[in-house]
Amino acid sequence: MAYTNSTTAPASAHDHSHADGHDHDDHGPGSWTRIFTTTNHKDIGSMYLWFSLFMFFVGGSMALLMRLELFQPGLQVLQPELYNSLTTVHALIMIFGAVMPAFTGFANWLIPMQIGAADMAFPRMNNWSFWLMIPAAILLFASFFVPGGAAASGWTLYPPLSIQGGLGLDMTILAIHILGASSIMGSINIITTLLNMRAPGMTLMKMPMFCWTWLITAYLMIAVMPVLAGAITMLLTDRHFGTSFFNAAGGGDPTMFMHIFWFFGHPEVYILILPAFGIVSQIIPTFARKPLFGYASMVYATASIAMLSFIVWGHHMFTVGMPAAGQLFFMYATMLIAVPTGVKIFNWIATMWRGSISFETPMLFCIGFLCMFTLGGFSGLVLSIVPVDITLHNTYYVVAHFHYVLFPGAIWGLMAGVYFWLPKFTGRMYSETLGKWHFWLSAISFNITFFPQHFLGLAGMPRRIPDYALQFAEWNMISSIGAFILGFSQLLFVWNVVSCIRSGEKAKAKQWEGADSLEWTHLPSPVPYHTFETAPVLK
Amino acid sequence: MQKAMNMKFLNIKACCAAIKNYSLARFSTLLLTIFGSTAAWADYDVNILPPVTPISNQIYGLHMYILYVCAVIFIIVFAMMFYSIFKFRKSAGAKPDVNFHESTLIEIIWTIIPFIILIAMAIPATKTVLDMKDTSNPDLTIKVTAYQWGWRYDYSAEDFGFYSNLSTPWSQIGQPGSPATEAKGKDYLLEVDNIVVVPVNKRVRLLVTSNDVIHGWYVPQLGVNQYGIPGFIKDAWFKAEKIGVYKGQCSQICGKLHGYMPITVEVKSEADYAKWIKDGQAKWGKGAALTASNSAPKADAAAEDSAKKFTLAEAKDHGEKVYAANCVACHQLTGKGMPPAFPALSGSKVVQGPMDAQIGVLLNGRPGTAMQSFARLNDTDLAAVITYTKNSWDNNTGKIAQPSDIKAARKI
Repeated sequence: MAYTNSTTAPASAHDHSHADGHDHDDHGPGSWTRIFTTTNHKDIGSMYLWFSLFMFFVGGSMALLMRLELFQPGLQVLQPELYNSLTTVHALIMIFGAVMPAFTGFANWLIPMQIGAADMAFPRMNNWSFWLMIPAAILLFASFFVPGGAAASGWTLYPPLSIQGGLGLDMTILAIHILGASSIMGSINIITTLLNMRAPGMTLMKMPMFCWTWLITAYLMIAVMPVLAGAITMLLTDRHFGTSFFNAAGGGDPTMFMHIFWFFGHPEVYILILPAFGIVSQIIPTFARKPLFGYASMVYATASIAMLSFIVWGHHMFTVGMPAAGQLFFMYATMLIAVPTGVKIFNWIATMWRGSISFETPMLFCIGFLCMFTLGGFSGLVLSIVPVDITLHNTYYVVAHFHYVLFPGAIWGLMAGVYFWLPKFTGRMYSETLGKWHFWLSAISFNITFFPQHFLGLAGMPRRIPDYALQFAEWNMISSIGAFILGFSQLLFVWNVVSCIRSGEKAKAKQWEGADSLEWTHLPSPVPYHTFETAPVLK
Repeated sequence: MQKAMNMKFLNIKACCAAIKNYSLARFSTLLLTIFGSTAAWADYDVNILPPVTPISNQIYGLHMYILYVCAVIFIIVFAMMFYSIFKFRKSAGAKPDVNFHESTLIEIIWTIIPFIILIAMAIPATKTVLDMKDTSNPDLTIKVTAYQWGWRYDYSAEDFGFYSNLSTPWSQIGQPGSPATEAKGKDYLLEVDNIVVVPVNKRVRLLVTSNDVIHGWYVPQLGVNQYGIPGFIKDAWFKAEKIGVYKGQCSQICGKLHGYMPITVEVKSEADYAKWIKDGQAKWGKGAALTASNSAPKADAAAEDSAKKFTLAEAKDHGEKVYAANCVACHQLTGKGMPPAFPALSGSKVVQGPMDAQIGVLLNGRPGTAMQSFARLNDTDLAAVITYTKNSWDNNTGKIAQPSDIKAARKI
């Protein structure tokens, strides 16, 4: 227990001799109960990352099932009801099971090392926030096997359709409640760590960008997760306890749910992307071998994106029949987000400008991120224009848009992060050849999958349909072929990570020439189980 | 047991067969097109469909405008990026200029320029929004009621209304495990039994609502995409300037058959429209329109004959058609349904049980499940389909429902 105490001691405490002489490995490597009892940020970080990798493949398999059904017109593989369930659960798993936990995994691993702290502020809550996700995941999976099947209302759970669902929907609501609790705990932990446990000299404006983006993301989560919890609780009482929050017959309004949901839902989009901005903002300077361009403006841009995210939710609802004033307000606010986002992209390019760039796998993924995220930003701008959105709302154009920002945005940001920090985490190098194959296969097949979906949307193909008219057949077939290449290419990633851990070449303490954050400059590779028990002093 | 049930949904064998058997002809045509002549590209839509209303014209124009602006920004941004990737690569001996990492002037410039571009985009967009939301002075008002899974249109001034449902037969769609038995037609999934007709060059105001869950009335070429929200009426408008047939689909996920509720709008000349109104009033009956005070779906008056006395054979014959049009998607041809979401009718206690109970389920639906009210069907159709289910598969009750039974039950 002395170990726990030492980790919660303020980072500024130079004297931590009370921890000496204790067996630091009492629940350290070697004991199988360690995975349940560990309070070590590195253990928990790894557990988060493995969990999200697993969920990524589960959610991905669901996507492939849907693409199989959409390979040609007609119903071949899935009943429409199951198809609807798959669209719903694919989204929930990718958002709450894959991307968010993966970012939390990185936060656990990196934040203490980057700010010179010994561990997270609340190590036991940290353990809890991971283990809460397991029952939630089980609930989501099990909902497929209860009478009525899994939630089939789309991940937005709009009533009254979600009122019609069976037990599976209740299980989904419960799962989201638990995941929300886990996210809030994780956020409190991260904020407390970042604000209180920085090493002497590590001022806020000296923190690596990853820490900054996570600080802002954590505040977003604390702000909106309770809103989601409220919305789905009202849904639950409407379903079972005779309330009429969203039922017009009882004086409620289904549109109200959409407002509450998207008040959560839009900041959620930035929760899914801001930490990726942080990862990219660390990798690009490393491989360009010069400091991040406009550090301060990057911090301000991130904060403005976060603040704007609270006033744009209505752009998900342009077709509900809101008044012109409402449509115009949400259109202007949404367009405004292009400004700080543009600043970020320009800053990243300016970071490469007059640099000395090399193209290792993490950098390739970051450049891919830049290119594809810019495209996704353009389609976002197109969708922000109300009249254009009217004709594209709920079509495949929207599907293409958010996959352009989430797959090469969030997921490639994560993959870049894994390749970048794997040598630090494991002390071994991954295979550059395999990594490059993984990148190029993903980059090409991603575009084969999602670029044609812009055309489908422009031609008016609605989303969330298992079957379609004949003029959509060709692009759907191409998209499905791309999806299968994309899905199977991700196995290269697993292979690369596993073989790196098992038999990769030894990595150097500072594997990347241009890296400058504390974990590279102050710690060996692999990092020891306990780090920075004495806080480093920064000048 | 549960697992076995779910396995049925996911028919692996069928999907393998589907891939193996699929003729790649259309796909290779596309490849030929890509690498062959560019003219043939016209067959494959890569842009918004040709607009036919003032609003959809503006939408088309706005989209092209923004696309071009984005294209210019794209070229500049990507040129800068790839120039730095090429010029400043380490392998070419580039040395980093570590002092180039801050410039307030540059930051201000690239904050202000996008801002100005956005204003240039917002101005025309604002104009279109204001036009789009101005539903005043309509020449014609049509009430659109969505339900799971079809549409009802009511022409209140002309005092009639009708239902419009998918007319593509399930034999073209197929089921997992039992492939389609009929070739897919040209308008596969975009064809309806009753087309909604509007006159050319008239302002048509739509009052969109829903009977159950949220749906979306979406016809891209008319520039309309409006949610139908149960309990609320929202409006939208269009003025079609070109005679023709325009197709769309439900845009908001609304349950199992969301992909199977198309919309077809036909724009006719004034004279043809007047004729269609006359025919419509004759076919669907004047006075059948839904009004605000009478918002429960009314029975389709077409071919209504409450005095009719069915024989078993007659009723089964007619009922089979009604079943194929309304019930088969959930309860299946075999009557075995897809339990538990869509229960079996074959061997069902309700179907084999008393007449009144089954009539009640059909008229009122089962709240909280996908079983909707079928009160919109007329007495004859309901009587026939009930008789059909009571005397098919494992059900041999010999009972016959008569239109008069339904009529009596409606009054309760």
